[in-house]
Formats: sequence, C-alpha cells, structure tokens
Amino acid sequence: MSNRRDFMGMALGGFAGLGALGALYAAKRTWDPLPSVKAGGFTTLDLSNVPENTLVVEKWRGKPILIIKVAKDDKAYKDKRLITVDGHKFMITIGLCTHLGCIPDYFPDQHQFICPCHGGQFDAAGEVTKAPPPSPLVIPPFKIDGKKVVLGEEGPEYKKLKAAGLVA
Amino acid sequence: MKELKVLAVVVFFTLVTYWGVEPFAHSQMHKHVEGHDFAYPDINASGVKGNAANGKNLIAACTGCHGIESQGMKAPMDALASSAAYGVNPPDLSNAGAVFDEKFLIAFMQNPAHTAKAKPNFAMPPSASSAQDAADIAAYLKSIAPKEVTPKEAFVTACGRCHADRYGKWTQIGDVPKTKSNIKTGNDVELAQFKINLAKYQDKLASYMGKLPPDLSIISRARSEHYLKTFVEDPQAVLHGTAMPRVGVTKEGFEKVYAYLESTGDPSKAERERVGPWVLLYFVIFTLLAYGWYKSQWKGLK
Amino acid sequence: MAHFDPNAKPFSHKWMNERLGVDTLKRVLSTEYWIPKNINFLWAMGMVLAATFGVLLISGIFLLMYYVPTTKEAFDSVNFTIMSQVGYGWLWRHIHGVAASVVFLIIYIHMFTGIYYGSYKKGRELIWISGMLLFVSFSAEAFSGYMLPWGQMSYWAGMVITNLFSLGSLELNGLVEWIRGDYVPGQAFLSRFFMLHVLLMPLLIIGLIVLHFGTLRLPHVNNKDGEEIDFEAEAEKWKAGQRKEAKVIPFNPVFLSKDVFVMGIYFIFFFYLVFYHFEFAMDPVNFDPADGLKTPPHIYPEWYFLWSYEILRPFSKDIGLIWFGFAQVIFMLLPFLDRSPNVAPANKRGPFKIWFWLLLIDMIGLTIMGKLPPIDPWSQFGTVFAYTFIALWIALPFITKMEKPVGGK
Repeated sequence: MSNRRDFMGMALGGFAGLGALGALYAAKRTWDPLPSVKAGGFTTLDLSNVPENTLVVEKWRGKPILIIKVAKDDKAYKDKRLITVDGHKFMITIGLCTHLGCIPDYFPDQHQFICPCHGGQFDAAGEVTKAPPPSPLVIPPFKIDGKKVVLGEEGPEYKKLKAAGLVA
Repeated sequence: MKELKVLAVVVFFTLVTYWGVEPFAHSQMHKHVEGHDFAYPDINASGVKGNAANGKNLIAACTGCHGIESQGMKAPMDALASSAAYGVNPPDLSNAGAVFDEKFLIAFMQNPAHTAKAKPNFAMPPSASSAQDAADIAAYLKSIAPKEVTPKEAFVTACGRCHADRYGKWTQIGDVPKTKSNIKTGNDVELAQFKINLAKYQDKLASYMGKLPPDLSIISRARSEHYLKTFVEDPQAVLHGTAMPRVGVTKEGFEKVYAYLESTGDPSKAERERVGPWVLLYFVIFTLLAYGWYKSQWKGLK
Repeated sequence: MAHFDPNAKPFSHKWMNERLGVDTLKRVLSTEYWIPKNINFLWAMGMVLAATFGVLLISGIFLLMYYVPTTKEAFDSVNFTIMSQVGYGWLWRHIHGVAASVVFLIIYIHMFTGIYYGSYKKGRELIWISGMLLFVSFSAEAFSGYMLPWGQMSYWAGMVITNLFSLGSLELNGLVEWIRGDYVPGQAFLSRFFMLHVLLMPLLIIGLIVLHFGTLRLPHVNNKDGEEIDFEAEAEKWKAGQRKEAKVIPFNPVFLSKDVFVMGIYFIFFFYLVFYHFEFAMDPVNFDPADGLKTPPHIYPEWYFLWSYEILRPFSKDIGLIWFGFAQVIFMLLPFLDRSPNVAPANKRGPFKIWFWLLLIDMIGLTIMGKLPPIDPWSQFGTVFAYTFIALWIALPFITKMEKPVGGK
C-alpha cells in the first residue's frame, strides 16, 4: 500500500520536475540577447573611399575598430596581417591596446600608433614596435564582400590568418 | 456525487458572471454593424467595359499628382512637398489595380470626395470626365498591377500615406531608413533629417485630416477583426463623423491588409498556437498522475 | 542551553536537528499538521491562490527584465519588445495578465467558501481579517500593475480612481495632485505605482500570507459540518493506525495530494485561457497608447472591482463615496456582525442561508451592472442591487441574533 503511494508520489514529482525544466528553458530564452542586439553584431565597412595612411575609426559590438589603408612605401606593406580588399592593403584591428585597453593614437608621419597611456607603439600593420603591449592589435572576425568587409562573420581569409596564429 | 454538485454551482455562477461582464456587456456597449463583404451596394456598376489601351493614353490625368513606379513614372513631388501642397501624399498607383475595387475606382475617379464619403476638403479633384474614361483607366491600372501583392504592399498602397506602423518600421513617408551615427559625435544626421521630414509631413497631415491618423502597429489587438473589416469597408457606418475616407479595397485587398496588421500587432500568434497544445497536454498528464497519487493517498480513509 | 553533539556529522540529520529543529518544523507544519477529513475541493483554493501568486511573481520577474517605466517607452517596451522581441516574452505577458485576473476569481471563491461554512468565527476571526487584508493588498497590487502598460485604460482608470480621493464635496484636489505627483497621471504617477507594484505591495503581500498561515495554525482548518473536532484525540487515532476512524488527515501527504490534483485541473483551465481565451484579462482598450486628450467612450475597471464601482454610481457624489467606503470595509467586520455562535454550513443556518445566496447573487448583479453603460434599465437594476447590498449588511446582526442553535456541537 505504502509502496503504491510512494510510487505515485515519485512519478508525479518526476513529471513536475520535467515541467520545471521546460519552464527553465523558456526562462533561459527570455534571458537571451534580443534580435536587435544580435543583428547589431555585424558591421559592414565600405572601404571604397578610404584615403591612404589616414586613420579611420568605426564601431563594432561596442568596440572601436581602427582601419589604415597602408601605403605601398610603408615598411609594414608586406606584413601578412594586412587584408587585401579590391587590390589595396588594409590594417583592420580592434582599437584596444593589448597592454591595458586604451585606444592608441595614429601618427601618419611616423606610420606608427602610439598609446597615450603607457607609451606602447604599433606599426601600420598592428605589430608591436615598442613595449609594454605584449601582443599585436587583435584582428576581429571578418569576411570580404567585394569592396566591403563585414565584421562579425568568419570568412575564409580570417580563418587562414587564425590558423596561422596571426589574428592576435 | 456531492462534490460535483458543488463544482457545478461554482462553474454556473462563474459563467453567469463571465457572460454578463464580457459578451453581454460588450454587445450593449458596441452595437453590432453588419458589413456587406466589400460589395459596396451603394455604388452602381458603371455599365461600360474598360479598355486598358485607351486607359494608358488617358493616364496623364493621374500622373500630374500620382507616381506609377512600376511603369517608370515617378511622382512629380516627393512625399513632403506633396503634403505641403495637398495635405497628404497621393499614393503610387503601381498596385492600385490589385487592391482597390474596380467599380469603386470608376465611381471614385469621377467623384472622389463623394465616393470616399470624405470631407469636402478631400485632396483629389474629379479626374475622369466620363464613366468610359474612368473605366478605361481602371482597366489599365488592373492590367499593370501584379497578380499577387504582399500584405505589406497592400497596406502601403491602401493605408500607408496616412497611417504609420512603427512596429513594422513604416512611416507615412516610407520605411525608417537604416542609418549610421557619426563615430566621433554619436549624432545620426541622416536619421535626424528623416525625423524632421516625418514631423513636417505629420503636421500637414493632421491639419488636413483634423487629427493625426493613429499608428496601426497594434490595432489588430485593440479592435476585433470584424470591427476593422466593417470600419475599412464603410468608416461612417461604424464611427459616424470620422475623418477617415472610404478607401474602396476589395475583399482580398482587405485580407492582405489585415494580414499585415496582424503581423505587427500579434506576431507571436503562430508560436502561441504551436506551444499551447503541448502545455495543455502536459497538464492533462500531470492531472492524471496527480489523481493517481491522490487516490492512493485517500484509499481506505473514508 | 541547547545540546550540540560534537560527534554529529556536519549536515547530517542529527546535526540539522540540533541547529534548525527540522524534525519539529516538519511535524508542526507538514506531517502532523492535522486537517479535517470532512472537506471538499473548495478547501484547496488556498493552495491554488498560493500557486497563482507564485506564477505572478515568476512571470513578473521576467517582465521586469524588459519593462521600461517611462511614459514614453512603457507601452512599446511591453507591446513591442516583450511581445515580439523577447524569447517567450509573449508567454510571460499572457501568463501575468491572465493570472492577475483569475487570481480574483479564486479569491472570491475562497472568500465565499469561508462565509458559507462560517470559517470566520470562534477563534478564526484573525484568519478572516488577515484574509481581507490580503484582498485589499491584492487589489492595490492589481490596480498599480494595470497602470504599467500605459494604455488608454491605464491612464483613464488612474485618472478616475485617484479622483475619488478628492472625497466629493470636500474637493481635496491638492490631495489628488499629491497622490499623483502631478496635475494629471504622468511620469511621477507611473514611477511611484511601478515602485508599489514591484516592491512594496509584494513585500506586504508576502508578510500577510505568512500572517494568514500563522492565524490558521492554532484554530485549525474548518470542516464541511462546522464540527468542533478534538484534534489531539483524532491525531492519536491516526497515529495508532486507525486511519479510517480518525476524523483528521495529515497535511503532508494526504491533504496535499488532493490539493495537487485540484491544482492540476486548475492549471488546465488556466493555461487554456493563457493560450486561447485571454481578452477578458487583456482588454482591447488598453492596446491604444495612453492619450490624455482623448477619453475612451467606455471607461471601466477590471471585472473584480466592478461590484464596488457600481455601488458608487447610483447615488449623488458624496453619498456614493460614503457607501463605496462602507463596501470596502464592511466585509472586514463580518466576524463581529454575525451574532450567532453557530459554526455550520449556511444551508443549516435558516435565514442565514437566504442571506448568503442573496449576497452572492447581489454581488454578481452589481458586477454585471458595473460594466454596463449607466443608462436605463441597467442603472435602475444597479440601484436596486446597491440598496440590497446595504440592506443585507445592516440586516445581518439581526437575522443572526435570531438564529436557532444548530444541532450537535
């Protein structure tokens, strides 16, 4: 007798637990980022009118993005980190110094980034030329689309750079 | 069993209260208006057959104010300039033949304010001198219209130059554009300009109509389908004295418009109807298991 | 000084007992909380209410993640963001709206069950009073919640109800403006009602629920015949294994098993409403955004306030307010207005039986008239129902004083 009572109680308890799991799933989905946030995760850069050796700043997922159209005579022109779009070479990196996160300034005459916080320096390809930053400026996931670049998507060129250990 | 009798009493009084407060009270507050399924019985058939080719020749009577984008004819003024001149932006006629009733159009072209049951200051003047001319133009419009229009196209053609739908990102001067803000200042000049143009348009429209026509984002939940159907068919029959003109949509045209209104007003409907049966099934099984536990606990106690 | 065994393993049964008295708690609140066996499904309404309150709390938590309490953004934060952008946002909104309405159906059933069986006297007066305080708190919670979507009904119901505080001919307009924080319902009004709805009233309700449970423990739950049971003696029978002869059952698991079964049926009905039939709880008028320059053709409160709203209407401004105040308070006085010592179902109490059914029918009548436009014949019926309500309560002490003692104890 008592066993039947216990069994029914446990069956009910188990089934109620199942319902609780369903409710928890719905709750998890409520916590998910909204469609507008997910859509904002992709930024398209139109690179057709970017002047050479001039810093262009964009925004992607709340972070600054530094773009330099590298001149042919720049020391960094042959750097493998540069991205080729429509025949031109671009540095596209997240604009946060890898030391402590400040936004480095670009000095076109010196073809150098100098970080105002602790004096760290990067060249026009984002490689470190003076300490304290420990690593190059990070390349965000990107996909080349004709004369445009879409940030937030991992295109084949990005995957190649990542495999070669060059994105960060 | 006594307990079922008690349940019956509780259910009875609950249902009486529900009936009184909902269906009965609402029937007393809102008198039921029977529509005519968009037959427009007060408009007589023109009695003439339209010739689309001749209609094409006559179309200049319309393109002085209206654009027909699908035929490469741009409107002579943009939305904002039109609102300054007429109070409202004359609709593009590309889809008119698919959305509006032919009999209605023929009467409308000859006597717009009267056919639309609109106020005397109605922006469009009589634009066809004979029933034959009007029938020809109507036939032409029908010939250039696409076989099927999307719900949004129907809405934009029939309603969009007076009514916004902000949840669908539609304004009286067009969809809200995708713009980017200046990274240095945070300003979005393109969007700010769009908003200024919209504000100017709405000011002119509100002057022309007497008040700004309401945003229809969630109208499908604020009014019943029956109400909207009878209202669109004949605004004066439902809300006597309203500034809204009779627009003359066909039954299918209204169904498309309503589908668009539902898409912005009740977008979760499909998911709700998908999830509902499962939740109910869950509780039916839950109740069966609970009954089993209850019976096992109370066995031999009474 | 409590005794603590140094050899007891941490978090073991003995260890927990020494520190929290878990065994005693379990006995007193659960396995040896004795409930009469002689009950029907109406006795489950209390647990159904607790479950519904839980549902309101949880669905409210998810709505709170996305609701924006400004007059500019409130409407769209609910009707656009929550209803179409948030994963299952529409589900929480429908659940919250339907539960807020259905909870009052259950409250009224629970209240009238108490009136019918005399569960408000002979030691149970505080259960009744704490319950009525819960009714008032739930009313304030519901009213403040209805303001939040900032639709036409939110605005105009807010306007009308706060106007009541001008107290008729006293014309306390300054008080009305002070309550609103502004001349008309606006941002100040919305923010403070948001605070009430989300923090203050829920805390008050939780406190009152604890009190309500506390006031029930010593007098024990009533039974269908109003019989005065010797709970100690009956409990001994049960514990001795005489489960059929004992007049009591333990709360856990016997009473609880019936509760859960009734809750299962309730939730089928509840979720049917959530998914398929929710307009009674989400009135179309509130899907028009608030417009201070346009009064809707029909303004009415939610159905559960209609009976007391209707008492206001037949009379002149001041008299109406007096009777309105009377209606809010009079239920609270039931244990003291009922002069009969009989604890018994109404059908055994002679004239009180008629009193009960008349009261129920009268309140339903007031409810329906409260929704109808104030024109003939509805306003005439409403006047009759309002006078009947007042007469019933005035008559109560007299008819109960004359009541014959019911047979047995």
